[in-house]
Amino acid sequence: MTTPTTSAPLLAVRDLSIDFITPDRPPAHAVSRVSFTLQPGEAMGLVGESGCGKTTLSLALLRLLPPQGRIVNGSVQFNGRELLALAEPEMADIRWRHMAMIFQGAMNALNPVVTVGSQIGEAIHRHYPFMSPPEVAARVAELLDMVGILGARADQYPHQYSGGMRQRAMIAMALACSPEIVIADEPTTALDVMIQAQILDLLDNLRRHLGLAVIFVTHDLGVVAELCDKVLVMYGGVTAEYADVDTIYNSPRHPYTQELLKAFPDLSKPQAALNSIPGYPPRPDALPTGCRFHPRCPLVFDRCRTDQPALLSVSPVWSSQQSSGYAGTANSKRSGEVRPTHLASCHLVENDK
Amino acid sequence: MTSSPSSALSLRNLHKHFDAGRPGLLRRDDRLVHAVDGVDLDLGRGEILALVGESGCGKSTLALTLLGLERPTSGEMYFEGTDVARLRGAALKDMHKRIQMVFQDPYESLNPMMTIEEIVEEPLIVHRSFPTSDQRRARVIQALEDAGLKPADSFLDRLPHQLSGGQRQRVVIAASLVLDPTILLADEPVSMLDVSIRAEILNLLADLRARQGISILFITHDFGTVAHFADRIAVMYLGRIVEIGRTEEVLRAPRHPYTKALLSVVPVPNPRLRQKRTILQGETPNPIDLPTGCRFHPRCPIAEDRCRLTDPPAVTLSPSHSAACLLIENDK
Amino acid sequence: MTDQPLLLSGAAFWKSFRRNRIALAGLIMLALALFAAVFAPVIAPYDPAASVEITIDSIYARPSAAHLLGTDDAGKDVLSNFIYGSRVSLTVGIFASFISIVIGGTLGIVAGYLGGRTERVIMRFTDIMLVIPDLPLTVVIVAITKPRLLNIILVIGLIGWTTTARLVRAQTLSIKERKFVLRARSIGAGHFHILRRHIFPLVLPLLVVNSVLIISLAILNESTLSFLGLSDPTVVSWGQMLNYAFERGAMSSRAWWVLVTPGFGIVWLVLGFTLLGHGLEQVLNPRTEWHHLTDHPLMVSLPAFPETHP
Repeated sequence: MTTPTTSAPLLAVRDLSIDFITPDRPPAHAVSRVSFTLQPGEAMGLVGESGCGKTTLSLALLRLLPPQGRIVNGSVQFNGRELLALAEPEMADIRWRHMAMIFQGAMNALNPVVTVGSQIGEAIHRHYPFMSPPEVAARVAELLDMVGILGARADQYPHQYSGGMRQRAMIAMALACSPEIVIADEPTTALDVMIQAQILDLLDNLRRHLGLAVIFVTHDLGVVAELCDKVLVMYGGVTAEYADVDTIYNSPRHPYTQELLKAFPDLSKPQAALNSIPGYPPRPDALPTGCRFHPRCPLVFDRCRTDQPALLSVSPVWSSQQSSGYAGTANSKRSGEVRPTHLASCHLVENDK
Repeated sequence: MTSSPSSALSLRNLHKHFDAGRPGLLRRDDRLVHAVDGVDLDLGRGEILALVGESGCGKSTLALTLLGLERPTSGEMYFEGTDVARLRGAALKDMHKRIQMVFQDPYESLNPMMTIEEIVEEPLIVHRSFPTSDQRRARVIQALEDAGLKPADSFLDRLPHQLSGGQRQRVVIAASLVLDPTILLADEPVSMLDVSIRAEILNLLADLRARQGISILFITHDFGTVAHFADRIAVMYLGRIVEIGRTEEVLRAPRHPYTKALLSVVPVPNPRLRQKRTILQGETPNPIDLPTGCRFHPRCPIAEDRCRLTDPPAVTLSPSHSAACLLIENDK
Repeated sequence: MTDQPLLLSGAAFWKSFRRNRIALAGLIMLALALFAAVFAPVIAPYDPAASVEITIDSIYARPSAAHLLGTDDAGKDVLSNFIYGSRVSLTVGIFASFISIVIGGTLGIVAGYLGGRTERVIMRFTDIMLVIPDLPLTVVIVAITKPRLLNIILVIGLIGWTTTARLVRAQTLSIKERKFVLRARSIGAGHFHILRRHIFPLVLPLLVVNSVLIISLAILNESTLSFLGLSDPTVVSWGQMLNYAFERGAMSSRAWWVLVTPGFGIVWLVLGFTLLGHGLEQVLNPRTEWHHLTDHPLMVSLPAFPETHP
């Protein structure tokens, strides 16, 4: 995993835009010009409130959008291959074999009348039709072992599993074809804290041992702080801020990131008052003019209402001043990548320069 | 022990057991599920007490028992100093009116086919609180405004699916307020909501306490959300309170190993504070076969032999702080 | 967010109903039948109750200008009988299914909601009723009680509730577990209040769909009874027309019109109700179950991105 910084990224998304087309209405811009890269073994947090385009973006990476969804611009390169130009059968081969997704709430979508083992076996069989039944069984046992489920429990039904175990089974299923990238959409929502910690620990270990790149789609900033190397904060379908995890948490530049951090309870600062962000994220078919965050922004000024801010590079001097005396994150070492540029789409960034 | 009259609610050695397994035709399972197994708890008037524990620890059963939907197997419940077991008829009904619940999932806990007005009005109809529909409507509007839904008139005819998650949770809160309760049981009221609006709901609850003196029992598995607004924290494990104290005591100086483990896994939104986490393996054991001795010993990272044998009593650490662990004296 | 309102508003319902061709076709077929039944005296060229003078030529007369669909063994106009016959089919269908739905719905809701011993008793009884073959039982009872229209409606209605009871019970069981029912209980609401305000409105869509399907079964049952000779002799029905045709030598007279016409009517109505029922089911109960590793049925893969990338 000591990828040299010069190597091509595992996944490179550039200017990806997604519209939702409804008849008799102008297209709704669900995602606009989002770019990011992912190195092997790297963990990225995709953060924002519900309705900010996180799930749409991650589905688009797999080309699994609902029928109204259209990718209207951009490129998604996996190991240098342009996924958006592939024919569907080739794309089907990439899905699950190279890029798998753990859907939100999928643990409740297990078939109740089929044993967990054979559901995982089915998934393997779908992608490796020539594997013999004993081989499949061995692989199922291996996968369950990987996620910490006793092999004997393969013959049990989903209702005999607890919520945490079902989520482990879902992870095993996502790993069935040894993908390089796993996209986890809210993997721990609705689980208890201790089970949440177990699952996150499991994903982190899998990432270390299998060299898996993981995209955590979540609104839980705590999870991101604990596990991710870098963070993409989305708001209203655009990139609000994109930087390494330390920068996002310790010197965020976008007011949305700042507000979001203030809204998240921090046990290390129990005296700080919890903040809420009044209002809701804009609907993709009714985007405000100017900056998409301006109606809720505490620092709004005139220009925000008319001009949409570009995604600007935050001056690196500023950022290193802020984090002086701090010797880099363990994670930026782990992925072997230098800190990604710190990008934010806010007029205030420009004013600083 | 007796109840102090200053408490809104006092529980003394409360037990709630269920029959394990379904009653078969010939075979009967004589084992019991010890869902609530000896809980002592006082909720002061106007206090916010957080009850923290994982699913399966009995906090939901405790809530249903307080609501009167489950009868306690044994133990005593005092409501404003009166023994609930002695209440009958109208007095009992009145007590249940005064304890209302806010449920976790605002998407599931509202009937999708009823308008907001019908939902908030329902408790008034059930309890025949106001004779005329005009009076009821005035009360509904008042409650919606208390819950922060303004202007209330614009919400009356809407259906739940037309509201956002935060607004729905406010509707749930409004429906629990119309009967003027003195106690609110809030079961994970923000866990299904977006981070950006959780503070709004928590502030609303804190506000209701400040303005109307309502006592709140806040049931949750997440220390993060309670740290900012609970007066006291009680940690529950397998049907019993294992540690209780003022919020800052429990957060700063947790004494029970279970509390310590729970606190260590709360994600901190700062990558510079990534900490060593004590992840307990497995899940809360089945409350049918309670472990001998300390009920936490099979998962306890510091358990000793004696923990297998002795059920630890609560040790008083300060007038407000106590924990049930044999190894507390070792700490010193 | 997976947030599907359980019941669509009136306008939304009509919108998705109109897009459902199956349901719309069924509705149109039934509207035509209902029109014929209501305005039978106006539309029908002859009155089936009026006595006609029979000549040798007027028996099994071929379709002609005077009798568009010919005449039957009694020299009566087949078209008029056909139009009046729709009245019996619709009456029996609607009233019998109403009885079935009331019984089945009540038993299903009570069993599902109360559970325990009540549920076991009701469901055992339902199972017993379910395994007794409907037709022989109906035939025996109608034969004993004399075939009058009221009796036929009662018997068909009292026998046909079993599937409804089972469906409604299953639906009630799942609604009962929903959180808003628990919330109603926590308010202090009694059983009757919860049943009326929370359970019944959510069972109702299922009942509507089910009753439409039950109507078509009841129509078939009534036709079968009449065909077997157990019809009310005072009114014309399609099954009765078939019965007379078979017994009185229509086959040997090659009078196909006497056989085809009532048969067509039965098929028309049964098909209409079945289409409407299945269409309603699709509109009211869109299923969205899918498996983790299969692609979401609502999510088709995008076609290859049109722009070429170097």
